[in-house]
Amino acid sequence: MNIYVKLAYTFLGLMIVLNWGMLMGATMRKIGARVAGRHGIPFKQPWIDLFKNIGVRTTITHGIMYYIGPVFRLTGGVGLFLFMPAVFSGSPYGIWTNFSFEGDLILILYFQVFGMLGMALGAGEGGHPYAAMGIARGLAQHAAVELPLTLAFLSIAIQYDTFSVYKIVEAQQGGFQNWVLFTNPFAAAAVILAMLGALGHSPFNLVKAPNEILIGPATEYEGSYLGFMQSAGAIIHVMEAMLFMNLVFGGATNWFELILKTFLIYFWSVFVGIVFPRFKIEQSVTWFFKVPLLLGVLAILMYSF
Amino acid sequence: MSELDLNDKVSEMLAKSEANVIKSEKTFIHPEDEVREVVAPDGSIIKINPIYDYFSGERPQEEKPRGGIVEKFLNWARSESIWVLGFGTGCGSIEIPPLVTPRFDMFRFGIQMRPTPRQSNAFIISGYLSVKTLKRVIRTYEQMPAPKYVIALGSCTINGGMYYDSYSTINRLDKYIPVDVYIAGCMPRPEALIAGFVKLKELIKEGKAEKANEYARNFDEYKANQKKIIKDWSMPDYNW
Amino acid sequence: MKTIIEKLNSKYNLQEIVYQRDNLVFAAINKENAIDAVTYLRDYEGFSHFVLMSCVDWIEDGKFQLLYLLNNPTLKSDLGLKVYIDRNNPEMVSAHHLWKQIWTYQRELKEAFGINFPGSPRVDENFVVEGWTDIPHMRRDFDTHEYAQKTYFPRGDRKTNDPAEYMRKKLYPNQPITAKQRKDDK
Repeated sequence: MNIYVKLAYTFLGLMIVLNWGMLMGATMRKIGARVAGRHGIPFKQPWIDLFKNIGVRTTITHGIMYYIGPVFRLTGGVGLFLFMPAVFSGSPYGIWTNFSFEGDLILILYFQVFGMLGMALGAGEGGHPYAAMGIARGLAQHAAVELPLTLAFLSIAIQYDTFSVYKIVEAQQGGFQNWVLFTNPFAAAAVILAMLGALGHSPFNLVKAPNEILIGPATEYEGSYLGFMQSAGAIIHVMEAMLFMNLVFGGATNWFELILKTFLIYFWSVFVGIVFPRFKIEQSVTWFFKVPLLLGVLAILMYSF
Repeated sequence: MSELDLNDKVSEMLAKSEANVIKSEKTFIHPEDEVREVVAPDGSIIKINPIYDYFSGERPQEEKPRGGIVEKFLNWARSESIWVLGFGTGCGSIEIPPLVTPRFDMFRFGIQMRPTPRQSNAFIISGYLSVKTLKRVIRTYEQMPAPKYVIALGSCTINGGMYYDSYSTINRLDKYIPVDVYIAGCMPRPEALIAGFVKLKELIKEGKAEKANEYARNFDEYKANQKKIIKDWSMPDYNW
Repeated sequence: MKTIIEKLNSKYNLQEIVYQRDNLVFAAINKENAIDAVTYLRDYEGFSHFVLMSCVDWIEDGKFQLLYLLNNPTLKSDLGLKVYIDRNNPEMVSAHHLWKQIWTYQRELKEAFGINFPGSPRVDENFVVEGWTDIPHMRRDFDTHEYAQKTYFPRGDRKTNDPAEYMRKKLYPNQPITAKQRKDDK
């Protein structure tokens, strides 16, 4: 396929993912509101917020890294999309497999942290003490999440003898009994629990919950930068859900399936978030170091001997 | 003691005590913020003035609306997405929490609370405003990005309300920061607050809510009023 | 309680002893003996809880009255010691070494009445109002209304309505006033 056509398709896919991420975010907030007995925000709210943020007139600066932080975060989200197959079409050179290649799982693990680190640098340059606290909390929690998640990913990689997400998806085709969920239940369980932290919904949203006294790394961001981060956040949410869909829930063979599965995966974290109140950071870190970590170690041990 | 005697005595006391009190010319600068000389790593001595060196001392500039259909669209977006700063300045802030409850539910109108001035564009001055709080309010208001809107809640912001004769609370808010919408009452109910928001939305859609520019235009006047009552002015003239 | 007061009276010569209730007594004491008496009450008579410290401005007599209110948890009784100090030279011995919360009370009194407590920690810092340059604002010769009029851009057109009367006129302008309402108004 012509590289330009491929690029165009990938860009189109990114746009779909961006809008789906925003719609999904609005839907989940609506669900939360309905549980609380409210009407909640209109579905169009994320787009309005984005346009409003772009229309802000004042711009302040704290230095170069302050500008680059949101760009890093967006890069993290876009990078995840670029190197991960979105829709499985039976050929590694299909339209929606994007630029996935052998060994992209490692790159994806890297990109997951990339946005976070970029934000940390940008918010650090902002110089606000609340931002520094948010970064410290965020990185601590992220480290705790990454450990069981990486162990589970490695277990899946050992299981299928490949670091290619495409091949892992391919191996899971042909019915739900082939999903990692059933072929490697320990890894799947570790992913399902660690996913709650990766998606960053309550009870693990102390880092960026707006009704905490600090909104975390975004404290100093305003206007277009905030809009940038909003859209990056929408993309990353879908990307995280898509990663778990590809690795554990058998991938998607068309866009409808992708949307349904990412919705359900994201809904799982929202469901837990509505039921359980927010954890303090030491609670959440110790929580990840208990059951999810144990499951991750078990998953590795199963395929090591 | 007859009443006349008493009055005489009191007026005598008054004269005495006024003579006694020495009006101190204290400067209220925190020791950390004082102008001082520091030895730089290369051995040279530099003078630093923390309040003006660590912050931008630039004046606010008027930022004209772009006009045309773009501005109309942006105004619509602004009016549908009002992010309120979560800063309760007086007793009226107790009327804000009910807005997020199922009964009033301000999220329907696109109104959300934000914890930081950088991300919010509406500021509710809720009720009486003491001079001490006014200092913080000015700091916060100036940190908010333009276009920004101020909603004055309660009678105290209009004419001082029941605190009109207090030595520590201001009478008229619009002398210190520009106000878009007043909500009268003591206290106004949450419904009144929502009505105020709806009025603010109308103003924004009509393009009349450009008070941030008015603040920049009449900057000296506002600053003079603010500095008249805030004696311990230990911050830059404009807090970017 | 009575024996304690008698003991204290023989020691420090109290005046104006008022037995308000069985467990609440007020008495005035000399400025010189006040802190001694408070220390004695704390260490020997079990008044271990310091309730509050306040000030009254007796402008007609030219005096400030300081009140040290102490509580005895075992007897469940309170004792208020009043100290009169000169209004023109408002200075009192600091009691900050007895209870730490007295720091705050003395800081407040310094700001609100201008009473000096030499040696009390942080007594010169702002307490409630910041950057106050006028005479202390809780003194009775400070006219808060005049100060507000002078400083805070008052609106001239303030007017006051009786809420019941106003709402009745607004909501039911044509309805005649009933006898009961007329009675209520009186």
